[in-house]
Amino acid sequence: MKAVNEIKITLESRSVNEGFARSAVAVFASQLDPTVEEITEIKTAVSEAVTNCIVHAYKDDIGLIYINAKIFDDNSIRIRIRDNGCGIQNIEQAMEPAFTTDAASERAGLGFAIMQSFTDKIKVFSTLGKGTSVVLQKKIKSKK
Amino acid sequence: MPVNIEMIENEAVAVLSGEIDQHSAKDIRSEIDSFVERNMPSSLVLDFGGVTFMDSSGIGLVMGRYRLSQSVGCTLALSNTPANIKKIMKFAGIEKIARID
Repeated sequence: MKAVNEIKITLESRSVNEGFARSAVAVFASQLDPTVEEITEIKTAVSEAVTNCIVHAYKDDIGLIYINAKIFDDNSIRIRIRDNGCGIQNIEQAMEPAFTTDAASERAGLGFAIMQSFTDKIKVFSTLGKGTSVVLQKKIKSKK
Repeated sequence: MPVNIEMIENEAVAVLSGEIDQHSAKDIRSEIDSFVERNMPSSLVLDFGGVTFMDSSGIGLVMGRYRLSQSVGCTLALSNTPANIKKIMKFAGIEKIARID
């Protein structure tokens, strides 16, 4: 599996940037000729990951979010969303559907569940006080 | 404005449009809540017909409005829900708390 194209985006953790982040990745992914459904799934998964950086990682301040997306020759895309925020104490618990540390602001606690359901593979790396990386992988099925 | 609300008889109909994410959900939420508290409708309808994108913030929005409807004693329903948004609603089990059309 060889990378054939790559983009890197760095953005501030302002909620107004959520739309930019998911749209930019979706436009990049469109090189793989995905269906409308596949594009929506990518957009939604990226939106969840970026929202997590804004709402949780950089809860009380503004930090940088690093997005790296690669397209591979097997028609798949790998998207890494990284922050230097507070980190996740318990990744397993964070990934449980309906678990949220932020019930007051009406988070559904379904971010990771949606990322899991809308991609083929998700990996989460986190160090308390250092930051979190979420890697999403998805193969675009040929329309042929 | 991503939401336009009006009273049709005793029903509060909130027509949502554009993209619903954590950023836009804040404004939509406060608009709907103050309207419902002012008008005390017998039912609240969230019209998703004009919504082009929604992530889990939209689920939080519906769950929060369900709690609001329970506290003021009105019913909650979703209307004109596009297929891709219905998929996320069902994924979250929203059909257990509100009718989805």
